Amino acid sequence: MSAITERGAVPGHFAEPTLGTKLRRLIANPWGHPRGLVIITWLYVVISIVPVVVAIQFSFNAGRSVTAWQGFDLTKWYFGDPAYSVWADPRLQHAFWQSMKLAGLDMVIATPLGVMLAIGLARWRGALANASNFIMLFPLVTPELMMGVSLFLVFLYIFKFIQPGTTAQVLGHVTFSLSYVVVIVRGRLFSIGKSYEEAAADLGATPWESLRLVLLPLLLPAVFSSLMMVFAISIDDFVISQWLSCGSACDTVPIRVYSSTRGAPLPSVNALAALMVYMTLSAIGIAWLVMRFSNRGERKAEGARGGMVQTMGGFDM
Amino acid sequence: MYPRWLWPAFAVPGVLWLILLFLVPFYAVIGVAFGGVDPIFMNAVPNWSPTDWQFDSIVTTLKGFLPGNQYWSVMIRTTVYVAIALAGSLLLGYPVAYYISRHAKKTKGILLALVVLPFWVSYMMRMLAWVNLFSPNGFINKFLVWSHIMTTPPDWLNGNPGSVVLGLIYGYIPYLILPLLAALDRIDRSVLEAARDLGASPASAFYHVTLPLSKPGILGASVIIALPMFGDYYTPNIVSGSPKTSMLGNQIDIFFHGGPQPSVGAALTLILSMFLAVLMAYYMVTIAKAQKELQA
Repeated sequence: MSAITERGAVPGHFAEPTLGTKLRRLIANPWGHPRGLVIITWLYVVISIVPVVVAIQFSFNAGRSVTAWQGFDLTKWYFGDPAYSVWADPRLQHAFWQSMKLAGLDMVIATPLGVMLAIGLARWRGALANASNFIMLFPLVTPELMMGVSLFLVFLYIFKFIQPGTTAQVLGHVTFSLSYVVVIVRGRLFSIGKSYEEAAADLGATPWESLRLVLLPLLLPAVFSSLMMVFAISIDDFVISQWLSCGSACDTVPIRVYSSTRGAPLPSVNALAALMVYMTLSAIGIAWLVMRFSNRGERKAEGARGGMVQTMGGFDM
Repeated sequence: MYPRWLWPAFAVPGVLWLILLFLVPFYAVIGVAFGGVDPIFMNAVPNWSPTDWQFDSIVTTLKGFLPGNQYWSVMIRTTVYVAIALAGSLLLGYPVAYYISRHAKKTKGILLALVVLPFWVSYMMRMLAWVNLFSPNGFINKFLVWSHIMTTPPDWLNGNPGSVVLGLIYGYIPYLILPLLAALDRIDRSVLEAARDLGASPASAFYHVTLPLSKPGILGASVIIALPMFGDYYTPNIVSGSPKTSMLGNQIDIFFHGGPQPSVGAALTLILSMFLAVLMAYYMVTIAKAQKELQA
């Protein structure tokens, strides 16, 4: 262990090195401790986050520019300005509600559907089950553009009773997010195993009771992560919302941001996008708290880190 | 203890959903791509039965991919952009994932959270931030002028291929780092210790042990970001908006939204998906394998 983690250390020298020794080591071998890696990593983190922070900062700009800072105004572009703020501009306000509507409906439909599909696929055996599993994996690997084009064409030529619009957008979002729910829930299903339900059955529970009283409560953390994931996917989605859009009445926040960026955007667009960031971040905060309290007393199966990468990244190689 | 019909019954609604809204729509693309064009209104007339299929539009579109033809340069440009963006993402992303997985001790938690953070900021928000930064009087140009690196900074946002590649890297790199990190985290440290005990230098232990063991992770993560990059049209539109930097995705977008020629657009979509089928198959096999391991 020590050979890898403390490569620069002198063998047998266990005392905390003084500043002088540290400096001498640094000069003798500047790359001994992976300093290059430290610099690259923090540089990446800064580059990936600072632009967003700057964009959020400009949503508080007192002036009309998104590039020149003209003083701080907390509310102007959110609801203060009577004509151009998110609250006052009907296009921006509508985009916000449209995004919320799609995300809400997507959560309500995709989560139960995905949980059921995950349970079914994990336990159903046979050729049909394998084929279904195969179909389930497709949406995970299909570029969004292809799903957008194919859904656009299916509503144009086959399911003609559905016009492009909110319904079509919801159907598209559910199709797109369903498989992520399956992947999350299935992981949890395998880590639970069958023994709890078998114990319940031995103790006289009916199948319905062991599903409802044993399996469902055990699945709740995964159901919760799925809800979060679906929310994030739906809010983030641009391509499918755009291809199934009915025009400006169906604009979501990403579409609004997309179409304003090339023009001369006002800080209100930054404010609109920033609102979504606040929403997701507070949702994660709540999720984290819920997970923390619901997992108390439960032994950590795979270690918290793996769990975090899996639940937050949503997929895992 | 459960009735045998129960599990199929659980799966049926979801499977039906995917058949109706994933498989049938894909068939719609095929039907339109092999369909005809109404001679008067110029709109597509899909053919649903394979016996009626007309190959005109698909053959014409395929011919467009031959050297010197309509789509040739777009295809080359798309491939080059994706290749450079992928290489750039790996060159930056691998060290980051490696450091977080292997060396960050006290800072691991916070670094993980910071690396995951972009996942929760929508793609368009990040692009908006990027465009603000690179706009003619944005921070980047102000810095370049202030530091006397350039007196007249370049126009980043009008047909600049470098901006498109940078935009792609900035947009997709979080999706690369996370799976890489998970793959690197899974490498058994005792293998490395064995290599070091047997006399390998840190560099050769990395080259002969860590790198080969992380190869599936590198391939998987590359596929994860290469697939959406090939279907991207919004990033070039946002950071460049010029036909000089248009990618295959832009061509498809134009055929549907610009001048409506759905049959050509559908043919292009079909050709693109055939082209990407190899990548998709690779990724699906990896997921299926991971699931098998999970099940065992």
